[in-house]
Amino acid sequence: MRTYHFSELPYPDVWEGRSSLRVNIPNEVYDPKVGADLYERFFDEWVLCDELGLNIMVNEHHATATCVNPACTLPLAILARITKKARLLALGVPIANRPNPVRVAEELAMIDVISRGRLDMGLVRGSPYEIAPTNAKPVGQMERFWEAHDLVLKAMTTRDGPFSWESENYHYRKVNIWPRPYQDPHPPVWVTATSPSSAPRIAQNRHVIATLISGVIAKDLFKAYRDHARADGWEPGLDRFAYCAIVGVGETEAEGLRRADQIADYVRTSPIVAKEFASPPGYKKIPAEIATIRAGPNAGNRPLKTPEGRLIDQKTATVEDFIEACSVFAGTPDQVYDQIARFYDFTGGFGNLLMMGQGGHLSHEETVANLTLYAKEVQPRLQELHSRPLAMTAE
Amino acid sequence: MDRLDIGGVGIDLWRQGTGRPVLFLHPGDGFPEDDPFLAALARNYDVLAPWHPGFGNSDFPAGWATVDDLAYFYFDLLDQLGLEDVALVGASFGGWIAAEMAVRGHNRLGRLVLIDALGIKLSDRTTRDIADFHNTDAALLETLKWANPEGRQPDLMRYDDDALTAVVRSREAFAHYGWKPYMHNPVLTRWLHRIALPTLVLWGAEDGIVKPDYGQGYAARIPGARFEQVANAGHFPHIEQAAASVELVRAFIDG
Repeated sequence: MRTYHFSELPYPDVWEGRSSLRVNIPNEVYDPKVGADLYERFFDEWVLCDELGLNIMVNEHHATATCVNPACTLPLAILARITKKARLLALGVPIANRPNPVRVAEELAMIDVISRGRLDMGLVRGSPYEIAPTNAKPVGQMERFWEAHDLVLKAMTTRDGPFSWESENYHYRKVNIWPRPYQDPHPPVWVTATSPSSAPRIAQNRHVIATLISGVIAKDLFKAYRDHARADGWEPGLDRFAYCAIVGVGETEAEGLRRADQIADYVRTSPIVAKEFASPPGYKKIPAEIATIRAGPNAGNRPLKTPEGRLIDQKTATVEDFIEACSVFAGTPDQVYDQIARFYDFTGGFGNLLMMGQGGHLSHEETVANLTLYAKEVQPRLQELHSRPLAMTAE
Repeated sequence: MDRLDIGGVGIDLWRQGTGRPVLFLHPGDGFPEDDPFLAALARNYDVLAPWHPGFGNSDFPAGWATVDDLAYFYFDLLDQLGLEDVALVGASFGGWIAAEMAVRGHNRLGRLVLIDALGIKLSDRTTRDIADFHNTDAALLETLKWANPEGRQPDLMRYDDDALTAVVRSREAFAHYGWKPYMHNPVLTRWLHRIALPTLVLWGAEDGIVKPDYGQGYAARIPGARFEQVANAGHFPHIEQAAASVELVRAFIDG
């Protein structure tokens, strides 16, 4: 089992009492001096990950106090130089919102070369509230995502360029990226999914399927991927599956729960956005959009389901609720291991744990303690997971 | 509602009345079956109100992405139905399509009426001419659309799946054709002088989506165009003040 540490790079001091933390929160409330200190500590935490044998994941969002990383490739470019062993996962680059996918390919290839082949290349569609700050068209976004995906991969794998590309969405006459990626033919591709209907296309490309803090739905996603792969005549290894959960480890159960509880403010604040940005036209398929209309004022609340079928409201859930819903693993190292093992069995197994080890107001000292305990007491034991039969099967 | 096939694109068409043909091009939201403005016009004219390709239940042809596509489509419709001396009436988004058609010109067109039309850019680069239908608080948006928003919001909770599907398709199509540049064509402004039709620019005096001075700017760029305001009306004067709007449109078409 590989573990990647993930933080959204939150700017939590201004979260209190606001009706929208995204798109229309003016940046006058952002203090660049505080921001500089925050970046410094986050880089310290990433360097620590490298020393502890953990890998690193970053993501990006725009115009928001929930995440002050507006470009995955920027921190990864620095990390490529200052880390030694950690794999560097962008999860991901919202390629359907980027006007220039070839530029994306160039940036990622350069990171891959600087890091001598440590890049994991996550390509994502992006959340609905990312539409407004980027002004990308929500209608047809999924088709544009896959076209940009094809173009990025062609740019990375073409060795006898230049080639041309003329389509509805993109126009290039001379594509010929320098540098080309270090990993041959290209860095591993990761794609996020929230619905099993997305899994077949990811499986068809043999990419890593990742799902973020989504609880039991991971089981259906992974099953849909495995089913498609087997029907296609190949058996996906565990490395094709990734699950992201909040992880809080403590010397005592109370300490682990407290850490996870602070990190979980990420999921509690994540949906706080003015309604007009939450569901742009065409982002969802028509039946889902109709369901949103019918949900009325409750639209936007995506409850988590526990394996027993209980619904958990993410805005108000306690850390115990989240543990029950498998979106948080927390407690002592033994408890965290047991929770991960249970979920591993429940989903049919996965080879990548994306550990949200920092979030919300969790301080640098607490984050260091959390990561260190995890790396020393939990991570080594996860190798056992692969060498024993599953307690339950996902079939 | 009739079903009509134009060059392989199936659309819904509301058609009533006899007389001179009036082609009504609807706003982004479409129009209700019992639209009083259309019903009143149908007392004097052969009124054709098609649902634009992609909107309501009309087909959405693959690859169509701009209002140019819609403009050429409606030329096909005029040709196929053999309509002559058509009064082209477009409201809001439909007004944009009508302006694109009129700039190109067509011998089947006889009159042009633009009602609170979108489609052009007049102000500087940091000033929006057209309020944002999509990125605006819903309650605020209603006050921009209507002089009196009371009772104007359809109760979508009462719609069945088919009706909601049509609503969602219209929302998608509206966003698709008008997302970027937002609800206008930067090229259109400089070619408005090509419009060679007698033109009435009709505007809701209290329109908060595109203000009356935008309408005046539209009219000023179309040779000989008349500009008229409708009192106590917002972005949709033909809905909010149907009788007064019909009066002005009829006087213009017959004049």
